[in-house]
Amino acid sequence: MSYSPRQLGDLTPSNPNRRQGLLAVFHIDLPLLAGLLLLCGYGLIILYSASGENLDQLERQAIRLTLAFVVMLAVAQINPITLWRWSPWLYIVGLAMLVAVLVFGEIGKGAQRWLDLGFIRFQPSEMVKLAVPLMIAWYLAEARLPPNWRRLTMAAIMIIVPVLLIAKQPDLGTALLVASAGVFVLFLAGISWRLIGGLFVAGAAAAPVVWYLMRDYQRQRVLTFLDPENDPLGAGYHIIQSKIAIGSGGLYGKGWLNGTQSQLDFLPERHTDFIFAVLSEEFGLVGVLVLLALYLFIIGRGLYIATRAQDTFTRLLAGALTLVFFVYLFVNTGMVTGLLPVVGVPLPLVSYGGTSLVTLMAGFGMLMSIHTHRRLLPT
Amino acid sequence: MQLKDTIRESQAFLSRTIVAGFLVLIAVALLSWRMMQLQIINHEHFTTLSQENRVKVLPLPPTRGLIYDRKGVLLAQNRPAYSLEITPEQVDDVDQTLNDLSSIIAIGEEDLERFWQLRKRKRRFDSVPIRVNLSPDEAAQFAVHRHRFPGVDIKTQLLRHYPHDVKTTHVLGYVGRVSQRDMEQIDVSNYAGTSHIGKNGVEKTYESALHGEVGLEQVEVNATGRRVRTLAQTPPKPGVDLHLHLDIALQEVAMRAFGEHNGAAVAINPKNGGILAFVSQPGYDPNLFVEGISSKRYAELQQNDNRPLYNRALRGQYPPGSTVKPFVGLAGLERRIINYDTSVYCPGFYQLPGNTHRYRDWKKTGHGPMDLNASIVQSCDVFFYKLAHDLGVDQLNEYLAHFGFGSRTGIDLTGESAGLLPSRDWKRRARRQPWYPGETLIMGIGQGYYLSTPLQLAAATAAIANNGTFYTPRVVDYLRSRDSGEINPIPPRVHTIPIEQQQNWDDVRDAMVDVVEGPRGTAKRIRTEQYRIAGKTGTAQVFTVAQDEEYDEDAIDKKLRDHALFVAYAPIEDPQIAIAIIVENGGHGSSVAAPIAREIMDAYLLPDDDT
Repeated sequence: MSYSPRQLGDLTPSNPNRRQGLLAVFHIDLPLLAGLLLLCGYGLIILYSASGENLDQLERQAIRLTLAFVVMLAVAQINPITLWRWSPWLYIVGLAMLVAVLVFGEIGKGAQRWLDLGFIRFQPSEMVKLAVPLMIAWYLAEARLPPNWRRLTMAAIMIIVPVLLIAKQPDLGTALLVASAGVFVLFLAGISWRLIGGLFVAGAAAAPVVWYLMRDYQRQRVLTFLDPENDPLGAGYHIIQSKIAIGSGGLYGKGWLNGTQSQLDFLPERHTDFIFAVLSEEFGLVGVLVLLALYLFIIGRGLYIATRAQDTFTRLLAGALTLVFFVYLFVNTGMVTGLLPVVGVPLPLVSYGGTSLVTLMAGFGMLMSIHTHRRLLPT
Repeated sequence: MQLKDTIRESQAFLSRTIVAGFLVLIAVALLSWRMMQLQIINHEHFTTLSQENRVKVLPLPPTRGLIYDRKGVLLAQNRPAYSLEITPEQVDDVDQTLNDLSSIIAIGEEDLERFWQLRKRKRRFDSVPIRVNLSPDEAAQFAVHRHRFPGVDIKTQLLRHYPHDVKTTHVLGYVGRVSQRDMEQIDVSNYAGTSHIGKNGVEKTYESALHGEVGLEQVEVNATGRRVRTLAQTPPKPGVDLHLHLDIALQEVAMRAFGEHNGAAVAINPKNGGILAFVSQPGYDPNLFVEGISSKRYAELQQNDNRPLYNRALRGQYPPGSTVKPFVGLAGLERRIINYDTSVYCPGFYQLPGNTHRYRDWKKTGHGPMDLNASIVQSCDVFFYKLAHDLGVDQLNEYLAHFGFGSRTGIDLTGESAGLLPSRDWKRRARRQPWYPGETLIMGIGQGYYLSTPLQLAAATAAIANNGTFYTPRVVDYLRSRDSGEINPIPPRVHTIPIEQQQNWDDVRDAMVDVVEGPRGTAKRIRTEQYRIAGKTGTAQVFTVAQDEEYDEDAIDKKLRDHALFVAYAPIEDPQIAIAIIVENGGHGSSVAAPIAREIMDAYLLPDDDT
């Protein structure tokens, strides 16, 4: 069955039984906030070392983080119904901007990702990271779950179109994240296991086609992943040096600011995509496990919020956003440790840089919003 | 109904979320396993790799030992020199860079040639010099434009310099860049930071002492190879200083005395074999070779008719001519073939019994009756033809060999020639011919196959002066460690020529004194009142005059004129210096060679005019 936004809206005044504090007033989920603050604080400590004790960079990152937290809190104030109402429009605007980027976009580092709106430079693909799960959740929540074939097909098209547009920029990392966001909504919506199995087989069969469609540098990355020693000074250099940094860190690490791979520039892009290797070198396996524990706590809290969400739309949205956060983590650490090919995905909330930070925190804002704008279910 | 659906959907969602959470845990477990693999299991492997990344062992080249003459005058020093070096690895387009550089700093064809040659031998990340010996102005000029040239840098290194350049070349030799061939003969690790190596002369003979031992420095480097700090250091052991017997002032006098003539002079201290002067004229500037000589300039030196590269004193093999007469005379006396009074009539030629060939004396009219003294003083050939004939080639060879003829003296210089003291054996081996009696005759006057080097002549003369004690000639007196001041003398090598009868030696030396002091002595023009000289003139034929022709000095090309020789020692009472001189194409020994010897002896024996 379906319901109208009006119906939903009627059911969601703020809960009078809930503890009335500042946290509740500002729609803050304390465990999630604490987890995020700890992670970001840990990240700044690592960044100070990874940037070569560059206080300027540290300051800029701190400002970005503050801004991102502000965005998170702002988003947390938005009622999920408003999000639900905006979903299709956000999706359509996002899609339009992706097309615009391909036509008018600015080129940086060989890829066309930026849209210059005059007053602000903007990556539409970041917005789409949120717009896709919103849209798919919105679309699937319209009908009874699990979705039927027609809806499934529509949803698949809704995912594939922006993914292809982003891949064409080309930005493989973001395309992957956007695709996974959409797919997680489908997964949580309960598509059958047989279909999932079938998709895996289809994916494997499509691999040669994907290979054919890939650009040279993308193919090179895959080849390098398969055999980094093949080109130790070229494409394989990143991954070899990263593995040396991690491995030489050992159980307890070389100590903060004492990583030789990190501090002597052997590790490339150490304060952005490869910051995980800096952590591993200086704080060792212990430091890594602490980081993973923080991530797991945040992900666990996210999934908990999803299970406690009271309608299909927010459930699907919360679950998908949390799982995408995990994809960030896994793709980045997998790349840095040589488990996965080199894909430009930052270590979420730790890597230096602001673009993905705002998107991620906006996502956490939605989680907080979902958890704090709860209504009493009729019993 | 709506509620039921909602609950069912919620339960389905919950189960999916649990599955997702489970997958997350599996993925994290996979990641943790990977971290274990890298950080625990392979930790040591990666630790090694990270050490190899950051720690580089750099050689610290030792400072080369200095070389001083007998009076402490510096003959070989190390001067700081600026060179412009390119590291090919850090340069995108070497040709373009060279082109751009030449607009700032003069780069000649020679520089380019050396650059490309050296580059072939070096590794990509080694720097290769493009210009050496930059002036301070040029260095400053480059410094201004340095930012435009990544991979190009100014390096300071100590470069060998020979302040007395041409005067010391044939003794000191020179150092040059370590070549592929050198590498095969040295301990490469000890030369890791060394660019130059002794190529010949003293620099080569004493290479291991002069070079010292390489030090090592462990440095931490960053990814671009720039050093960050020093981790550990073993300082190099500097090379040992050499103090020579050579007297650079005497060397200069000797060279000047040669004037335009080519030739060689060797002066030895008879008391210890120390080389006091060692001249081969003309010489060349050894400093050219330190920086790497261009092939064009090298070709010029090589093709020069005067052969400046040729070390005449060490390698030049000349017929000793009449300078051997005292030695042959002594052989006759000691082997009792003649005695001091034995007289021979000289008609101006000598004939072997049963043979019509006339062996001519230099004096066509003949000397008349001649004893040993007169034969040495007037350099009568006929007397020595007969004496040589009576001694026979075997005895002659055996006795002259005592004085070092026919074998290397063993001087501390490389590339010495052995000369040639002919024998029956030698002729059978080398020429596949029997020995002819006539060949013994001309051997007796130092002609024919007989060849000796100026060094051999000087050493033999010193042995006569020293009454049979033969010292192996030595250029280096002692080694002195710069750190400890410890002195290591070079032990003398000596052998004694057996003396049958002391009087024989005295008689021969008296005859040599009469060569200078006697009224008919061939070297009487160099006689001086200040000290007494013993000597013997000689003339070595370059051009063989046919049996019925006459040697006319003016008629033949200068290059075919006779070589003038002179051997001498002084003072006769207590010999301090023994000398052998050869002036190529100088004509008679008395007129050209003897005065050079006199100048050297004056400079050595007489107090300086200035003091």
